[in-house]
Amino acid sequence: MTLLKEYILPRILQWAVVVFVGVTITFLIPRLSPVNPVDQAIARITTFQSMDPDAMLMARATLEDLYGLKGSIVDQYIAYWRRVLKGDLGPSFLAFPTPVSKMIGAGIGWTVGLLATSLIISWLLGIILGSLAGYFPNRWWSQVIEKTLVTVYPVPYFILSFVLLMLFTYYWPIFPLVGGAKGTPGFNWDYISSVLHHSFLPALSIIIGGTAFRFIMARALAFAEANSNYVQFAEIAALPKMKILVSYIIRNTMLPHVNDLALSLGAVFEGALITEVVFSYPGIGYTLYSAINAGDYNLIMGITLLSIVGIATASLLVDLSYPLFDPRVRYR
Amino acid sequence: MFTIMRDLFRYSSSFRYGFIVVLIVLVMVGLSFFSPYRPDEMRVVPPNRPPSPDHILGTTSTGQDVFWMLTFAMRNTLMIAGLAVLIGRGIGVPLGMVSGYLGGGVDRVLSSIVDSFIVIPRLPLLILIASILRGQLTLFGLGVLIGILDWAFPSKRYRAQILSLRERDFTNTAVFSGMSTWKIVLKEHLPFVIPYLLADAVSGILFAIGFEVTLSALGLSAMSMQSIGTMIYWGNYYGALLANRVWILAAPVIVSIIMVIGFYMVSTGISAYLDPRSRLARMQVKG
Repeated sequence: MTLLKEYILPRILQWAVVVFVGVTITFLIPRLSPVNPVDQAIARITTFQSMDPDAMLMARATLEDLYGLKGSIVDQYIAYWRRVLKGDLGPSFLAFPTPVSKMIGAGIGWTVGLLATSLIISWLLGIILGSLAGYFPNRWWSQVIEKTLVTVYPVPYFILSFVLLMLFTYYWPIFPLVGGAKGTPGFNWDYISSVLHHSFLPALSIIIGGTAFRFIMARALAFAEANSNYVQFAEIAALPKMKILVSYIIRNTMLPHVNDLALSLGAVFEGALITEVVFSYPGIGYTLYSAINAGDYNLIMGITLLSIVGIATASLLVDLSYPLFDPRVRYR
Repeated sequence: MFTIMRDLFRYSSSFRYGFIVVLIVLVMVGLSFFSPYRPDEMRVVPPNRPPSPDHILGTTSTGQDVFWMLTFAMRNTLMIAGLAVLIGRGIGVPLGMVSGYLGGGVDRVLSSIVDSFIVIPRLPLLILIASILRGQLTLFGLGVLIGILDWAFPSKRYRAQILSLRERDFTNTAVFSGMSTWKIVLKEHLPFVIPYLLADAVSGILFAIGFEVTLSALGLSAMSMQSIGTMIYWGNYYGALLANRVWILAAPVIVSIIMVIGFYMVSTGISAYLDPRSRLARMQVKG
């Protein structure tokens, strides 16, 4: 019972606060801005053709209704919440009148697939490499891995993926430049291999970035653990090194990694957004980019909101699984 | 301060190399004041020339000299980063310290606010704000914006730092020998916090450079300003890759990589210096 009261409930409450703040921010920011989306939309229409005043007023009223800009700010806020809860994010301006939710739906599968795969790979790779390098700090290979990853770590995702793009699609074109796959979707080898081929470079850039981050943490944790008494005792007892590493050190450093996974989800997600833009990968990051270029506010707001709620929910789930790993949280 | 610098130079090779890179970056920034061209002047040199003795890094498609453009870009990017760090730490450090020293209810409320902010992904938010402000965003605005979004993590770290300082033996000794709270904070704790602040500020610069490059390269910042990100954006815009004019893109990309690695090495050098374990090891080695 104390677990529920002291751990689970506060965490769920925090999730609710994040979602509330996220919805409120996505509501407020466009309204606080000096640029009015309705004015912009009308300006865009009138640059190509003239409009008579009546039609202009009609268009304005329709647009205000569409963008949820009717009534006082409180009314708008309540209406916004009602629409968000119904999952109705309004129509997209870029592909009018397709609803935003449908456009997000088309991209979300690509993003989640890319993100989940590269997150799992980079997480495991980072922990394994980091623990190895932390336990054997003086071997030549651990020095090489460390120097490489520490050099890569501070490089921004954008630069990393841009360099990969330059190298492997222009100067040594072994990977395709744009898109998520070739051919018609289906469960056959051709399609699946083309998906893998297309997603290799985007995934690689996220994996490199994510692994470097995880590696530095894992190495520090394993290094501290390797100097503790029980490891020295195990070494004196002549247990095999690999056994000490796997079932003593890695097992004991897993907790911070699980805990930290929830915090790093956001960063990796940001990386995925950038990577998708660089590689024109058809996920929500790329959709967001085209929405920015077209000034499609509904779509930008929709994706921002979805990513805040999605990341908050994902990290809630990770945090809720924490008691499964840590008995100290379970029996408090 | 001087002895800290001397020790850092003597014992930390990563600080030494990083410091040299940062010095070179600062020299480049200083050179921007002696540029023969104004930053926004176009078509002052023949366009699309590869690197040559006249233009050591080549020229862009709009007829600007890449080398001199780069000096302005580094200056602006660093100014944005510096502003972001000032604002982010200006919010985060006091919050973390208040939360760490006061504890209790204040700490619980502040910590839960900070924890909620950490979970919110910042890039979509930044993109939303920047896309709405497009055209009106200035260098100053961009720095403020990045700063406002980067206070939660520092605040959490300072809180942890203060909590651990409060538990140390010397704090108890000071309390029992009748030192006033202010005196303990200023005389006993501040000497620990300041070098930490230094390392943290450098990592904040890294973060801000990353965000500036990303936002500008997506075409979301003040696009008429010279920065590392806008140089990449305009390079792409004029098809530098397709036309095989690699020098236009390579210069900002390589400079940004060298810059972040240099700053990162300085930051790890200071952190390693601060770490009591590595300091102990160093003292044993040096007798």
